[in-house]
Amino acid sequence: MIQFKNVQFGYNSQKLFVDLSLHVEAGHIYGLLGENGAGKTTLLKMIAGLVFPKSGHCSVLNYEPRHRKPSFMSQLYFVSDEPYLPNATARKYADTYGVFYENFDLALYLNYLHEFQVEPDQKFERMSFGQRKKAVISFALAANTPLILMDEPTNGLDIPSKSIFRKLVAGAMSENRTIIISTHQVRDLDSLIDWVILLHQGKIIYQEDLNVLAEEATAQPNLETLFQEVISNY
Amino acid sequence: MQFHNQTAIYLQIAEYIGEQILAQNWKPDDKVPSIRELAVQLEVNPNTVQRTYDFLQTREVIYTKRGLGYFVTLNGETNYLNWRREQFMTNELPLFFKQVSMLRLDFEQLKAQYEAFLNPTQV
Repeated sequence: MIQFKNVQFGYNSQKLFVDLSLHVEAGHIYGLLGENGAGKTTLLKMIAGLVFPKSGHCSVLNYEPRHRKPSFMSQLYFVSDEPYLPNATARKYADTYGVFYENFDLALYLNYLHEFQVEPDQKFERMSFGQRKKAVISFALAANTPLILMDEPTNGLDIPSKSIFRKLVAGAMSENRTIIISTHQVRDLDSLIDWVILLHQGKIIYQEDLNVLAEEATAQPNLETLFQEVISNY
Repeated sequence: MQFHNQTAIYLQIAEYIGEQILAQNWKPDDKVPSIRELAVQLEVNPNTVQRTYDFLQTREVIYTKRGLGYFVTLNGETNYLNWRREQFMTNELPLFFKQVSMLRLDFEQLKAQYEAFLNPTQV
């Protein structure tokens, strides 16, 4: 699904990724963890073809993301931390942008909006940050793309909405889908993630299946403890 | 459902299913929820529920009918209890004994307490 090899990247002279390699398989929900400034958002953008590596090899869904071919862009959806939205209603947004995703399901989108209690005929600019975010998450799940990237999706969501978020994502998962979620709010998502990826000092320094870790340790790993341990031992 | 870190989540889900069987909510040959249904209800990754169902199949608590889903086995209740008893004996009982020993508790006194626990009205 995703294969990065020896990727180098930096903003100006500042090095961010040094020899970064990553392997992601379909059918899992990956939790992308890292300290502030580690490059989590940049890594998601690189997967989506929004920033380009200085060197190294990137393959996503058998495409090179930097070419940004329409057939590639239509197979992934990127939920950014602060999504840019036009001055339109949630319904109008689907009319305009749904056509770019061949499996976009309008009924499902409206159902997700209903679950989240987002009014489809209200304009985005009159919605709160959390309501807008829920609209974009609804769109992302209803677009039925094989790959979804989410940057801090639970930021701005109230407590009931976080629970609905987990239900919707659990229900939307299938063996053909992959979701990568970057987050600091590990407690919101620790039952939803099945693989953890840790980005630190320009590299993926840790990647494990939580169910396998749980079986080996005969306890469920606490993601906050795990994070601290891996970073301090690196 | 609130999960804790003492046990793997897939085993906590197994306990949830076992409790439904013990409470007779799900009887032998009853269909149990699909992997997706339970994942949505419990807000967990479907792969984790898959692991639970694989585990409960090897313990013969549930079985699968191809294309129809998962069902409680005839001996589901017994097989579930056997697993939980094994777990209790290996994990929980040693900790309990450690406390009993450290606090120098008397087994006869514990026995009386236990009987009172079983028949609270007679106290």
